[in-house]
Amino acid sequence: MTIDQRPTTRDQHPTSNVQRPIRVIIAKPGLDGHDRGAKVIARALRDAGMEVIYTGLRQSPEQIVSAALQEDADVIGLSILSGAHNHIAPRLMQLMRDKGLDDVLVVMGGIIPNADVPNLKALGIRGVFQPGTSMQEIVDFMRVHARSQAPEEAGPNP
Amino acid sequence: MAPAATDKLAAAADRSFTTISGRPVEPVYTEASVAGIDPATDVGEAGQFPFTRGIHASGYRGKLWTMRQFAGFGTPEETNERYRRLLKAGGTGLSVAFDLPTLMGLDPDHTLSIGEVGKCGVNVATLADMERLFDGIALSDVTTSMTINSPAAVIFAMYLVVAEKQGADWARLSGTIQNDILKEFIAQKEYIYPPRPSMRLVTDTFAFCTTHVPRWNSISVSGYHIREAGATALQELAFTLRDGIEYVQWGVDAGLAVDAFVPRMSFFFNAHSDFFEEVAKYRAARALWAKTMRDRFGAKDDRSWKLRFHTQTAGVSLTAQQPYNNVVRTAIQALAGVLGGTNSLHTNSLDEALALPTEEAATLALRTQQIIAHESGIASVVDPFGGSYFVERLTKDLEDGALAYFERIDRMGGMVAAIEQGFPQREIAESAYKFQQAMERREKIIVGVNDFVQDQDTPIETLYVDETAATRQIDRLSQVRSGRDAGEVHRALDALRAAAQRSTNLMPPILDAVRAYASLGEICDALRQVWGEYEETTVL
Repeated sequence: MTIDQRPTTRDQHPTSNVQRPIRVIIAKPGLDGHDRGAKVIARALRDAGMEVIYTGLRQSPEQIVSAALQEDADVIGLSILSGAHNHIAPRLMQLMRDKGLDDVLVVMGGIIPNADVPNLKALGIRGVFQPGTSMQEIVDFMRVHARSQAPEEAGPNP
Repeated sequence: MAPAATDKLAAAADRSFTTISGRPVEPVYTEASVAGIDPATDVGEAGQFPFTRGIHASGYRGKLWTMRQFAGFGTPEETNERYRRLLKAGGTGLSVAFDLPTLMGLDPDHTLSIGEVGKCGVNVATLADMERLFDGIALSDVTTSMTINSPAAVIFAMYLVVAEKQGADWARLSGTIQNDILKEFIAQKEYIYPPRPSMRLVTDTFAFCTTHVPRWNSISVSGYHIREAGATALQELAFTLRDGIEYVQWGVDAGLAVDAFVPRMSFFFNAHSDFFEEVAKYRAARALWAKTMRDRFGAKDDRSWKLRFHTQTAGVSLTAQQPYNNVVRTAIQALAGVLGGTNSLHTNSLDEALALPTEEAATLALRTQQIIAHESGIASVVDPFGGSYFVERLTKDLEDGALAYFERIDRMGGMVAAIEQGFPQREIAESAYKFQQAMERREKIIVGVNDFVQDQDTPIETLYVDETAATRQIDRLSQVRSGRDAGEVHRALDALRAAAQRSTNLMPPILDAVRAYASLGEICDALRQVWGEYEETTVL
């Protein structure tokens, strides 16, 4: 993958000039309890200087969007390993639009077949990270794309 | 992307040699390495205490391991069709994978079930579904393993009622329910109730099986999920065996005699990629269990001493990149399981980092086992690594390491208390993070992922689960609801709630509710109303 190395300071954010770390919600929607990936990435993002809120298991799209609003999140990272991504993503993205959270970067990781990636990207999930993605790639992706409104299609997947 | 050859040489010179669990290994092992290991008491003979070398004196000569491939998807009809094909092809064992709503005790029409029905396994909501799942299959002639935990008592009751309707004698039924709630709290996280009432459900099934279904394995104490969540080999071994000890203790405290239920306890381990460490892990597990049952619990029956286990190759080791490499990984892992003396084995399919397996991929996985069993010659000799300086040293070190964990957990007040304090959860999260860091620093190489990377992967076909399974299951459930005697369901659920508030065995009222066609969700809700639901304190 290629990542352009733009600076990632707070002043890129359209609504704020205050420098603060990127705030990330790591969420596990659906019923699956496989939380290894979610926990590892939460720690990696925290070690990379971001503020991380981990929702815990079995969160509905409504709960996730409400957490993003309350926490003033810059990024939502969804971890799904059950195959329910095609059901969860449209509901979540609709709620995001309804609440005016269009500027929040939404990314997803888990067991996601290649065939589903274009559809998820079309829904506005800007990064889809399949098994084997390094923590550094995800950190870099968030640094580049958080708080940038332009829906660029950079990322690990075609 | 790949570093220059000189960099590689330099890296090799600096590299510390450790197992995948981070355990340092010596360049060579000699007689001095096994000083202090007593060949008679620590190793012994195959078929004899402490069973380090295996529980059968004849190894696989008498009986090969059971090749038990886990399967299930969509509706009961679709899965029933797959089972009939398997049985027609000469299989005698079934292994049921349930979907997430079933694992969580939720009906398919629950809002949390949206998108999940039939995805990771088959959906079973009522006795009617269970009847369809085993339609045309004589339960007295097959052994059935069911991966079900928090609602295990309910699913087991459904199975028993299907057998009853077929006219099969419960005393002759054989199979396994996973029924291991502790590893759900520790790793897999498909729990419903708080730990203590959950443990009561487990001991109630122990007691019920002892009297009514004596050939049934009432639990499969599982390290598999603990390992998948990131535990090291030692942590997998230690937490699983300590879970086993916890179940025995709760059974004894509930008034059961050790030798009445421990012989029907079975185990389930992971087969990960670090070959020798895995072989040693299984050997250590047998020795630890035998010694603990005899010395800590005073078990006299040698069947209580013998640790029987199923093995599954490591799903977490499979890569989405260069998926054909997964066939090789699985073969090496399966080999470790066999050389460690597994009693039954599931080999993963090459496409499982992407989706549930296709039929072709699942067949190749089974063929891998058959090649090991019939072509490699490995099954002809019992415990061929016995006496290896390296493997004996590793076995003893893992055993000692596990004993140290047992002591820590005992000091915390046992495994339930340790879980409530977040201890095993923290240990595992720490190991998972350390491994990920080691991978990113390229101290641990995963071929195709952080080295030997290819730009273009050959795409492979993956299985798509029919999205109409959910609507079909919801329709079925409403048909069942309109066709049953509502008053009878009501009375059965009231009786179950009342029993849950007392301390009588819960299996009889669950069986009654199942016979009345109460749904899984309704039965689990009745218990939720009494016990509440568990919410974990998240450990990062």
